[in-house]
Amino acid sequence: MKDEQILHLQDAINRRMFIKTSGLGLAALAGLFGKEGYAATPQQGPRRTGGLKKFPNLKPKANRVIYLFQSGAPSHLDLFDYKPGLEKRFGEDLPDSIRKGQRLTGMTSGQAKFPVTGSMFKFSQHGKARIWMSEILPHMATIADDICMINSMHTDAINHDPAVTFFQTGNQLAGRPSIGSWLAYGLGTECDNLPAYVVLTSVGTGRSDDQPLYDRLWGTGFLPTQHQGVRFRSAGDAVLYLNDPDGVDRSTRREMLDELGQLNKIRHTLVGDPEINTRISQYEMAFRMQTSVPDLLDISKEPSNILEMYGPNVKRPGTFAYNCLLARRLAERGVRFTQLFHRGWDHHDGLPGAIRGQAMDTDQPSAALIKDLKQRGMLDDTLVVWGGEFGRTVYSQGTSSQTNYGRDHHPRAFSLWVAGGGFKPGMTWGQTDDYGYNITENPVSVHDLHATMLHVLGVDHTQLTYRYQGRDFRLTDVFGEVMEDLLV
Amino acid sequence: MRTFPVVFCIANVAILAFAVGQAPKQTKAAAPVQKVDFNRDIRPILANKCLSCHGNDKGTVMAGLRLNTRAGATAKLKSGRFAVVPGNTSASSLLKRIHAPTDSGIVMPPASSNKALTGEEKYLLKLWIQQGAEYKEHWAFVKPTLPAVPKVQNTAWPKNPVDNFILKKLEEKKLAPNPQADKATLLRRVTLDLTGLPPTLEEQQAFLADTSANAYEKVVDRLLASPRYGERMAMDWVDYARYADSNGYQADYERYQWRWRDYVINAFNSNMPYDQFTVEQLAGDLLPNRTQEQVIATGFNRNHRINTEGGVIAEEWRVETVIDRVETTSTVWLGLSTGCARCHDHKYDPISQKEFYSLFAYFNNVPESGTGEERPVNHPPFIKAPSPEQTAMLEKLQTERGLIEMQLGRLVEANVPAAKAWNYEAPKPPATLAEGRQFNAPLTQSSNLKTFGKPVFETGRSTGAVLTTNENYLEIEKVGDFERDQAFSFAAWVFPQSGGAPISKLNVSENFRGWDLFMDGGRPMVHLISRWPENAIKVRAKSAFPENKWMHIAVTIDGSSKAAGIQMYVNGAKVETETEVDRLTESIRVSANLAVGRRTGGNMFTGKVDALNLYSRVLSEAEVIALADQDPIKPIIDIPAEKRTPAQAAELAKFYARKHVPEFPELEAKQTATAQQLSQVEMSVPTVMVMEEMPKPRPAYVLERGLYDKRGAVVGMGTPKALPPLPKGVPNNRLGLAKWIVSPENPLTARVTVNRLWERFFGQGIVPTSEDFGTRAEFPSHPELLDWLAVKFVSSGWDLKSSVKTLVMSRTYQQSSTVSAAKLAKDPTNKFYARGARFRLPAEVLRDQALFAANLLKEKIGGPSARPYAPKGMWDEFGAYGNLRDYKPDSGEGLHRRSLYTIWKRTAAPPNMTMFDVPTRETCRVRRSRTNTPLQALVLMNDETYIEAARGLAQAAISASSNSDDARIKSMYQSLLSRSPSASEVSVLKAAVQKRRARFKAKPADAEKLLKVGYLPTVPGQDPVEVATYTLIASTLLNLDEAVTKE
Repeated sequence: MKDEQILHLQDAINRRMFIKTSGLGLAALAGLFGKEGYAATPQQGPRRTGGLKKFPNLKPKANRVIYLFQSGAPSHLDLFDYKPGLEKRFGEDLPDSIRKGQRLTGMTSGQAKFPVTGSMFKFSQHGKARIWMSEILPHMATIADDICMINSMHTDAINHDPAVTFFQTGNQLAGRPSIGSWLAYGLGTECDNLPAYVVLTSVGTGRSDDQPLYDRLWGTGFLPTQHQGVRFRSAGDAVLYLNDPDGVDRSTRREMLDELGQLNKIRHTLVGDPEINTRISQYEMAFRMQTSVPDLLDISKEPSNILEMYGPNVKRPGTFAYNCLLARRLAERGVRFTQLFHRGWDHHDGLPGAIRGQAMDTDQPSAALIKDLKQRGMLDDTLVVWGGEFGRTVYSQGTSSQTNYGRDHHPRAFSLWVAGGGFKPGMTWGQTDDYGYNITENPVSVHDLHATMLHVLGVDHTQLTYRYQGRDFRLTDVFGEVMEDLLV
Repeated sequence: MRTFPVVFCIANVAILAFAVGQAPKQTKAAAPVQKVDFNRDIRPILANKCLSCHGNDKGTVMAGLRLNTRAGATAKLKSGRFAVVPGNTSASSLLKRIHAPTDSGIVMPPASSNKALTGEEKYLLKLWIQQGAEYKEHWAFVKPTLPAVPKVQNTAWPKNPVDNFILKKLEEKKLAPNPQADKATLLRRVTLDLTGLPPTLEEQQAFLADTSANAYEKVVDRLLASPRYGERMAMDWVDYARYADSNGYQADYERYQWRWRDYVINAFNSNMPYDQFTVEQLAGDLLPNRTQEQVIATGFNRNHRINTEGGVIAEEWRVETVIDRVETTSTVWLGLSTGCARCHDHKYDPISQKEFYSLFAYFNNVPESGTGEERPVNHPPFIKAPSPEQTAMLEKLQTERGLIEMQLGRLVEANVPAAKAWNYEAPKPPATLAEGRQFNAPLTQSSNLKTFGKPVFETGRSTGAVLTTNENYLEIEKVGDFERDQAFSFAAWVFPQSGGAPISKLNVSENFRGWDLFMDGGRPMVHLISRWPENAIKVRAKSAFPENKWMHIAVTIDGSSKAAGIQMYVNGAKVETETEVDRLTESIRVSANLAVGRRTGGNMFTGKVDALNLYSRVLSEAEVIALADQDPIKPIIDIPAEKRTPAQAAELAKFYARKHVPEFPELEAKQTATAQQLSQVEMSVPTVMVMEEMPKPRPAYVLERGLYDKRGAVVGMGTPKALPPLPKGVPNNRLGLAKWIVSPENPLTARVTVNRLWERFFGQGIVPTSEDFGTRAEFPSHPELLDWLAVKFVSSGWDLKSSVKTLVMSRTYQQSSTVSAAKLAKDPTNKFYARGARFRLPAEVLRDQALFAANLLKEKIGGPSARPYAPKGMWDEFGAYGNLRDYKPDSGEGLHRRSLYTIWKRTAAPPNMTMFDVPTRETCRVRRSRTNTPLQALVLMNDETYIEAARGLAQAAISASSNSDDARIKSMYQSLLSRSPSASEVSVLKAAVQKRRARFKAKPADAEKLLKVGYLPTVPGQDPVEVATYTLIASTLLNLDEAVTKE
């Protein structure tokens, strides 16, 4: 047998063994914490645990992601995509040449008229990059030169549930793994006492009863469940079941775990199953987490100038500002994927009032997060994404005045920005027509965004696959192009 | 024939050998070449590396080469060359291409595909061509035949033929099987496996004492006869069937499918033949003389999610529903992922896109819309599914009602002459009508109302109506400013032409604060809102009234801030209402004006409003009738007697009798009471969504790229050509499809089913990819055994219990699960079964075992879902929609039912189950991952469920035994682990007891706190320090690897 053949075989065995054992739990840590995963490679820094050996297979520019998901779909027309001249067309019916008979939701498809309604907010350009922003985002204006504004996003879905699911999993329907779980699976983590994938949610003040979220948005689909996002909560246990029961203190817990370990070892000597050792180490990890999570959440040592950056709500758990600060603290600790969901952007009516509330929630903390990462030298290898699941229509839903209007769902064109992680800072990409309705230049699909996100993390999106029901699934399905023009 | 090292010839063996580091020695040993097996050795290479460009999908075939058939592989290529020339390696261009240098530009697979062949794969392809390039049909598509039971050397070992197949391979691999597990372990194993619960102390003692030869078989028979068996079997089936208690999208409202779940439990318990079980679930509605249960069975394919989000395009989601049925059905029964063929011809499996939509056509004819209502209801088609008791009660009440009606009818008839002579005087409107009246100006131009746009004033129904449309409505200042604790009433004639709010004092952008009358089509509803939806009341009429017709609506509100204090009248008659939201505790006052024709800020109403009346008090029924101008007698009296129709004459006689024949109102009261009883029983009758076939099937189309609105060619119903045709004599419809699935000719169904059973008991399938039997499936570890089991299953009459019994009666199953380092190295995943299976218990069994051992489990088969402990706010943390919010654990038995009955909201499923790999039940899953994570440790250490169970164990141990620590520890071991602890285990735990006891003695308040976890009452007389101490000891036991593992 030739050496080459032996090597091929050996490689096949390794892969096979890994898949098998992970399925049976021997290397199950790989997803959540990953003690038993592959040793780190130089690019990944010293602390990498878990993940697949083949990744990164490209040179990574980013090591982690903070995704600031704006759930409910913010109006691109009132925040980023400036459309001068619409005020003169106020109340005019949207021309057929623009609408092109494209499908509408059942909420407005019955409307007799589609009255064009421009934004009531003033826009101006910011930074050297001259990026347009609405007056209700004064803090984001100050990070214009750090962000890459994409005004030509588009999606396939037109209703919230399928659209958020599409952004999170690359498919409108339930059943596929979320982007964070793909990364936990493929890249493992750089943190040994926190999950690879953390989820933080907040409710918007613009519309407190807004669109719900769903477990599947951070679920694993057909990937092993240890890769699922772990949600940190603002009330009750910070992580589900984290706290010891009433009447049990830490030293008692420690003693109990020692006794448990002793009993498990006795059993191991009798039955020999290595899974027992894995379980012992999982209990130790759980114990560590009971310390590391409170430590993460203890922001009392953050200096006041940092707290001030994030704005007045930063000390209130469950606010977007607090979650942004936690995101930075998670990033510092090496968490691979931190995802915030801020609800409250679904403004079918009363948009001007509601979007002001949402802007108040998110503007200052989002800008502070970028600045805070930057001043720590972390923005270069942290990818930050800010955006919702689709845009909103230029025509008003129901009645409108120039200062009070609502907008329906619009999947054909919307805005989203990214910062850090190898994306070009200070640029605007893509254009829409005079109505912000159709893309006229450089469209970016959700799959393209996913492909590019994986790319900067050092993962070829066509290579991160998982076989399920005989098919090699990937986040980008059979689509997605890396947007090289947006990368440094 | 040339000889080759063994290691090349048997791919799977080679890999195993390498894994244990033996291969280098073996490569030198010359052995005869074993013939390449196409299915085992070559098909995986082609499927994984070649067929995505050279396969079934006509759309993507490159260079005209199709390697999916022998004809394709050996055909002359455009270049004139031949990819494969059987027996001639040098003429086969395939070999040249696969051996070309990576950077040559001609290497196959292309470097860009990232599918490079390994040296071993190249070698196998060469060998295959050399040996004649034989193709075989994919093994799983060939009908299994009964293989001969292999002969083995150790003839004493096999207990049944399963063991011959297993031992044959073990002898080949030179692996010795483990000895039989000890009786205690075996009893716990088989009891957990067959019932999902551990054995009781009595069962343990009985089995240990039973020395008869068939002691074990008696246990197996007892367990198979236990009703717990059906619950354990159903636990898997609900995953497959994506069964849940909610719709699964956005607002995720509740639904009610538990009658279907109970059908499944009963079917397993009665050992319904699996072919019948299949036909009933797929097409029970189409069976001749179908029973109610057979129709309920079809709930299987109505368990899919339903998207009721506002504004969805119904057809898009109807198509998704149908596709979900195809995918679920083919995964569960055929082990095929047909989903790939939704968008294009399947690249690997022989299913064309057209064939996919031919399957689609079978499931396309359900009278359903694709979307649904935003409230907790079942969606059509559904049936009422009364229990036998309910059916009997309904029949009794209906008979009673019939008798009363007959008596009433006779009385009416008898009073027709008297009524004819009746000198009726109409009552005067109550004098009180002016009291507390806040507004009754006519809605006319002259009333100086604040108009917006151009509302149209017209004659209307009473004092003058206003027609409001989109931009055109009116407001009335300084009226209707009522607080939630004030009594008030409003009434008006309404002519609805659309949904929306005809009358409101409510501001949409102030969290919908205020009150209104809202029309949902012809269905009136009333809101009192402080903050929608968390602080509000919403009440609606149970049924709708016709649109485009005048109706008088009156609503009285008693100031109680409760839905029960709201009464709605339509045309003077009380209407039955239902309450959607009933939690109002804060102010409803708003500054917005009272609006006619909209809510402030939206919900425009198109239609007319006339005679608006507002009162700052509750109107009496008589007053409402007066406002509605509804004296029912007067219109008939006004008709001259000779011109009255018989119906009018009878109607008048009824009114006459009501006033003048004392018996009549008494009978009517009885009638009302019976009707109420009847409606109560009817309301309590559960419904279940079922399949129904439209009289005329919907046309089905090939959908280009799988998109609902890109319709291509019309297709009829049909099964894939690669599988046998429909059996003779069956109709070509869903029923025929079901019969085709369980036809003995079908090569897949039986194999797929027995493989999943095997997986259940042994931890992995004979085909490890139990969800996929297509060409990319992993090759079976024991192909003959799989076929033997499948053929026996069919010939037994699809007898599930018999198949299960065969598996658990095998010696293979009964082996000890201990493993030596050497054996572990030889077979790390136990795919050869030289030891018993040892793996973590499923989430449901973990919890049920804990409850059972702690004497907490409330056993009861079926019924509506239960609400056990769950983290506070579980349903509210990221959703304010739907009725499944504000989760509150049940206070009674619902806390401790088996986990199969736990209520399942798909978008926020019980975390202590999903963390242990239970799928979300959004889509069909036939295989769970099996993980081992720190989050699981946290659940078992800290979840109230397990702390309470630990206390249950502790209290029972303290009650049962003396004050001896040894005895208590032993008692808990016995209850939970079915064995006695060893001396070393006792010594670890006794030391632990000392520490816990000392600490709780020092801090008795901590003991008290711990005892407050869970609703389980404490036992009077037990020392809290002792209970707390042993609660923590029991908690440690519940966390033992052994406790969470089937050994």
